[in-house]
Amino acid sequence: MSQKQELLKINNLKQYFPIKGGILGRTVNHVKAVDDISFNIYEGETVSLVGESGCGKSTTGRAILRLDDPTDGTVEFDGQDLLSMSKKEMRDMRKDLQIIFQDPYASLNPRMTVRQTLNEAMEIQKVIPQDERNEKIAELMETVGLQPHQVDRFPHEFSGGQRQRIGIARALSVNPKLIVCDEAVSALDVSIQAQVLNLLKKFQNEMNLTYLFIAHDLGVVRHISDRIIVMYLGKIVEMGDTKSIFENPQHPYTKALLSAIPVPDPEKKTDRIFLQGDVPSPMDPPKGCRFHTRCPFATEKCAEETPELRNEDYMQDGHVAACHYMKDIEAGVHQPTKDTSAVRG
Amino acid sequence: MSNQQVEAAPTQPKVENPRVKAAKDFYRRLKKNVPALIGFYTILILVIFSIIGPWMLSTDPSDTDVINKFAGPSAEHWFGTDHLGRDIFTRIIHGMKLTLGIGFASVFMGAAMGIPIGIIAGYYGGKIDAVIMRFIDILLAFPGILLALAIVSILGGSLVNVTIAVAIYAIPGFARIIRGSTLAAKNLEYVDAIKALGAGDGRIIFKHILPNVLSPVIVNATLYIATAILTAAGLSFLGMGAQPPQPEWGAMLNDGRSYMRDAGHIAFFPGMAIVIVVLAFNIFGDGLRDALDPKMKK
Repeated sequence: MSQKQELLKINNLKQYFPIKGGILGRTVNHVKAVDDISFNIYEGETVSLVGESGCGKSTTGRAILRLDDPTDGTVEFDGQDLLSMSKKEMRDMRKDLQIIFQDPYASLNPRMTVRQTLNEAMEIQKVIPQDERNEKIAELMETVGLQPHQVDRFPHEFSGGQRQRIGIARALSVNPKLIVCDEAVSALDVSIQAQVLNLLKKFQNEMNLTYLFIAHDLGVVRHISDRIIVMYLGKIVEMGDTKSIFENPQHPYTKALLSAIPVPDPEKKTDRIFLQGDVPSPMDPPKGCRFHTRCPFATEKCAEETPELRNEDYMQDGHVAACHYMKDIEAGVHQPTKDTSAVRG
Repeated sequence: MSNQQVEAAPTQPKVENPRVKAAKDFYRRLKKNVPALIGFYTILILVIFSIIGPWMLSTDPSDTDVINKFAGPSAEHWFGTDHLGRDIFTRIIHGMKLTLGIGFASVFMGAAMGIPIGIIAGYYGGKIDAVIMRFIDILLAFPGILLALAIVSILGGSLVNVTIAVAIYAIPGFARIIRGSTLAAKNLEYVDAIKALGAGDGRIIFKHILPNVLSPVIVNATLYIATAILTAAGLSFLGMGAQPPQPEWGAMLNDGRSYMRDAGHIAFFPGMAIVIVVLAFNIFGDGLRDALDPKMKK
């Protein structure tokens, strides 16, 4: 891993959304959607960002692309600091960073044909001279598995899966280096999901693409990612190789998430961990470890001290987690303080 | 149709342009609303008449027939004559283009100002939005006719100034509607997608937001034409708009006012003309709103 080149480097990224209130419209509070996270993505790998809804995964993706300007922190792409770039410099930079959205119905302009959509993408970035664009469009249609004769159709004439392919074709049209897939397959049927995922994998091999895959479905994530980042309430709680995370999860939250993956065997008993309560409000996140309000292993220390991401000697290299007790839990010394198996459904 | 569907797959199937399809769809839905359809055809006939009508008549709207003053409707003078012996039918036909002209021109001017203001406020948000919208609120605080009166009294009474006054009053309505739709449209994923591709603000606004927020504007424009016509007629009635001998309907109404008891037809026919035009635009506008509302589909 060490010889791999860093493509994206995120340091202390914070995204606070102000909440205005009162007659003067003063900022009364902040939604801390992403609160001080750092991670790297190496060239050619697929990193997945997982967590519950509202934990800040999409916000992170949007902040990297500067669709929303982050409050604080740095985003370095290919050695260049994206956040200090001017609007114009950023616009030129955008051909290297693309995004595929969750909702294939909302992500295409209903009034533009596929040709117009793809043509516009190339026109903005001037990647290809005008007379060669039609050829490239036909080529793109073919690579994403659409018929070239469908190029003059409008989005409403396609199915959800086909639209998502158009979205992918649009992202690919400018030859990006990094693609953020923001829940790119969650709106699709399982059978179509597999098709689209295989397509994405194929492109990765062919074009040396790097993916930041934002998802909440760990089954999907396991299939495609090299590394996984688990987020909870705006913070990273665990990060490591896919294999290491799935086989040896350290953070109680990751364990709970993994236990929620359905097993396609009705006979098999699973030790499902049921978390109590809801995700606390990101306006007023809990002190200490943010997970302590729902964690079965929580103690007073968890409510006071914020755990740092760290690697213990028994863990694989590069696998880090933020829990005070992960070593003790692993050794069986620290027992749950709350019961998590009883209440079902 | 059915025999075309057996075509081999790779040949290009006929794809309907969504604008043509939308227009057809729209007419199909409008057809179900009978009053709206009547309004639509009334407007169409009125527009045609206002253009070709003056050419079809041999009479002049300013010609006086002194012997036949205050004459009631007859075969010679269909709608009778006024206090100067001018033929009222001729005057109404000639006045139609003034009335419709004011209606269309003021709404067009109002939309041309209001739409950019609304889009800028909605798209950029923040302080720009706050400043623009407070200014719009100030405009809205004045009753329509009072604001128009004030503007006309500053600019002086003439049909052009009435049009300008009515147009200024139309700005807030357009700006508000467009701002609201823009606020919703700018957060759509396809706008984010095009932003992620590096599109500038101009391209996003003109190619991706504006075409998708125009339908409520069309409804508003249609309904506002009725208001504009009424306001303009009101100002002319008060002597602030059309100057004699212009055959403006509001001014004609004012002419007939003094002779209501003895020769009611002088005020009745221009009054009816105003009612028909305003009613036609109003019911058409309402029908348009229903037909353009995607929730009313089917």
